This record gives sequence, structure tokens and C-alpha cells, in this order.
Amino acid sequence: MANFVRGERMHGGMSDLPIAFERATVRAGAVTILDEITLTVSPGAPTLLIGPNGSGKSTLIKLGMGLIDASEGRVTWGGRTNAASPRRAMVFQRPIMLRRSAVANIEYALASRGVSRGEQARRADALLTQVGLRHLKDRPARRLSGGEQQRLALARALACDPEVLFLDEPTASLDPASTKAVEDIVRATADAGVKVVMASHDLGQAKRLAGDVVFLVRGRVAEQARSAQFFVAPATPEAKAFLRGDLVI
Amino acid sequence: MSEGASALELIFSGDSDLYSIVGLSLYVSLSAVALAAVVGFPLGAFLALVNFPGRSFVVVVLNAFMGLPPVVVGLAVFLLLSRSGPLGFLGILFTPRAMIVAQALLVLPIIAALARQTIEDLWTEYRDELTAMRIGPAGRVATLLYDARFSLMTTLLAGFGRAAAEVGTVMIVGGNIDGFTRTMTTAIALETSKGDLPLAMGLGIVLISLVIAVNGIAWGVRRYGELRAG
Repeated sequence: MANFVRGERMHGGMSDLPIAFERATVRAGAVTILDEITLTVSPGAPTLLIGPNGSGKSTLIKLGMGLIDASEGRVTWGGRTNAASPRRAMVFQRPIMLRRSAVANIEYALASRGVSRGEQARRADALLTQVGLRHLKDRPARRLSGGEQQRLALARALACDPEVLFLDEPTASLDPASTKAVEDIVRATADAGVKVVMASHDLGQAKRLAGDVVFLVRGRVAEQARSAQFFVAPATPEAKAFLRGDLVI
Repeated sequence: MSEGASALELIFSGDSDLYSIVGLSLYVSLSAVALAAVVGFPLGAFLALVNFPGRSFVVVVLNAFMGLPPVVVGLAVFLLLSRSGPLGFLGILFTPRAMIVAQALLVLPIIAALARQTIEDLWTEYRDELTAMRIGPAGRVATLLYDARFSLMTTLLAGFGRAAAEVGTVMIVGGNIDGFTRTMTTAIALETSKGDLPLAMGLGIVLISLVIAVNGIAWGVRRYGELRAG
């Protein structure tokens, strides 16, 4: 994935980074999903959100994406509380494919960004090549395999030319080969300067990709550290237990 | 089975009475479906995407109205369009226009209810992605209608099948006037009671063939959609 293709940048200079969570709490009825999260996501290597199922990783991603609002506290993007920005993109755990061909899925995202028709074809081709799906461009997207769909979802998210890319356990249901293909794309994306924020409960994956780690337990940030430090010398008992492979609930 | 042979002869000899009746039936039912679609698709999309108080009630009523008795719809339209009715000034009772309006009302709940179900199912699937891509309300409707196009096509054909086969509304608001508002179904009813079985049977065969053809097209469209769009 050396020949990484970026969309042409058309931003007005306003950056979404850093993303600052300030005592952000999310509740659903009586249940507290995220509990006073204070966290800053800065430019740089990928930030990996790890923790057991139900620890709030997906909700934190949706909050950072601006898809949901904090019940208390707040989130700011580059100092702004206005969440309506086209510079964040997201890939879900299970890819949602439009009932169209692979290339049409990407052109849809490009069109939503106001890219002209001729330009759409050129960029869609480049993005499909980047994720290794060019030979399947005319295949209906829903007929692709799980791994191919996830790569297409990545290409579609990149078509939005994001500054920040949120990934919610994109390899949770993929085999090792497909996982590697997705990780290669994620790494190339990060190397090209896109801030990646990715949830994972796969420790090996977190070690392979993370610049820094946010360890969530029961909706709270139990530990936040550089990857090198977190995996060698975790500070909290929960993180030690999690890294040992104990069941952290 | 001499009536059967005569019926086939009418069909294959290109009997002008028979084919003018078939032509009028197609014109009325296709126009009715087109009219119902213009109202029914947006209505279905609205019900699928917009939450408002009483929405469930509207959905239940709409689903129930899929089985409206044609004679009751015919009676309602008759009362609306009759000389002393609120729309009597239009003067279209006992014309093909009145039949189109009546059949459109009959078919509207079918098209709107099926479209709502189709679009709502697709929206459930697409919601997160379209929200993440920040597609606005108009873009959402356009995307859902486009991606559901093959399913919506079969909705239209279901509506057409209903319109072409019903006899109650066109009998009441059309009046079964020879050469003017006589359709396949009203002609079959009349010719049978008169004892002209060959014409009745000939029309019956054409009607059944049409319904089979429509269902064949519906099946083909669905298959094509699955292959093309997945």
C-alpha cells in the first residue's frame, strides 16, 4: 500500500483536531454508558480504544464522530462545539453497503462531497486500486465477501477526504488475511496523515497499530498511555489484568 | 366447448369490440396506478422516515385499507362526483376519468403501505451510514427511493394487478357504458348475465393472461434487481 492516494484537500483551514472530551457523560435511560470521559485526541499515530465488550468503545466513537450528543459535559473539535463537519468519516463494525456496485458506493460518497462527475470516476478508480478492489468495481457491493465489503467501506470513508477516521472494530468478524488487508490500509491511511481512532478488543491488533492507547472499563477511561508504555508497563491493576488475559468485566 | 372455441376465435381474430374493451381497461388501470404512485410513494417515504404523534395509527389504517372493498370505494367516489356531491361540478361521473380516480383511491393504500414497509426496512439498514456521511433529508429520500427501486417496481405491479382485476368501483362510477366506460371486468359481468359466454370467456382469458404477465414481469424485475444491485 505504498502508493497511497489522498483525495484532493478542499478544506477551509479549519481543523477538527484536537478532539477534546470534557467530562463527557452519555446515558441511555437509567444506564450510564460513558461516565465523565476526559480525553484529548491529538494528531499523530493511531489512537486505539481497547477494553472489554460493553466498556463504551462504540459509544465513545459515535460521540467523537458527532453522531450522538453528550448527556453531560461536552466534546469540542478543534475548539469548536459545532459537530457538523464533513472532515470526519467512520467505518462501522458491520459494513453497510448501498445496493449498488462497488464503484457506485464510492461515487456516492464523492458526490455527497460535491465532487464533479468526471472527477468522481477518476478518484473512485484510485481509491478502489488503493484497497485492492479495482477488479471488482462493477460487482454489486452486497455480493462482496465480508473482508471485501470492509475494504470498500474504508475506501468509501476515505472518499470523504477525512481528517479524522473513526473505525469501530472493523475486523471483528474477519479472518486473518482480511484483517491484515484492512490493517495495511489503516496503516497507510495513518502514514498519510489521517488521524485514526479505532476501537478494538484484539490486543495483538492494538499492539500492531497503536500510537497511543485508551483503555476503557465500564464507561470510564481506566488508563491512557503511549502504546510502548501501556503494553510494557501498564499503570492500573485493570490494565494489568486485561493484558494478562484475565477476564475484566 | 363451442363457447371456448368462439372465445379463442374472438381473441385471435382481433375482434374490435374485445380489444377496445381491453384497451380501455389498460388505459384506466395504468393511469390509476400512475396517479396512486405519485401520491403513494412520497406518502410511504414520509411515513417511513418521519415520526409524528399518531403515526402508528395511520400505518395501521393504511395497512387495513389495502383490503378496501372496491364497491365501497366506488360508492364513496360516486357520492363525491354525483351532481349534488361536493365535486359534482367537475361533471366526470360515468367517464373514464372517474374510473381512474376511483381505482387510484383503491390502489393508493396498497402502494403507500408497501412503499412504507420497503423504505422503512432500507432506512433501518442505511441510517447509521447516511447519518455518518451527513446526507440531508432530501438526499436520504432520494437515496432510499433509488436503492429500493426494484422493490418499488413490484409494488406498482401489485397495484396494477389489483386495479385491473376489480369490478366494483368501475361498475359504480363508470356505469359500464358500451364503448365508453366498459372494461374487461364489467363486460364479463354483463355478458355472462346476458348469456354471451364467448365474449365473457375471451375477456376472461385476456385478463388472466395479463395478470400472469404482470406477475412474470414482477418476478423478472426482482431477479434483475438482485443480480444488478445485490
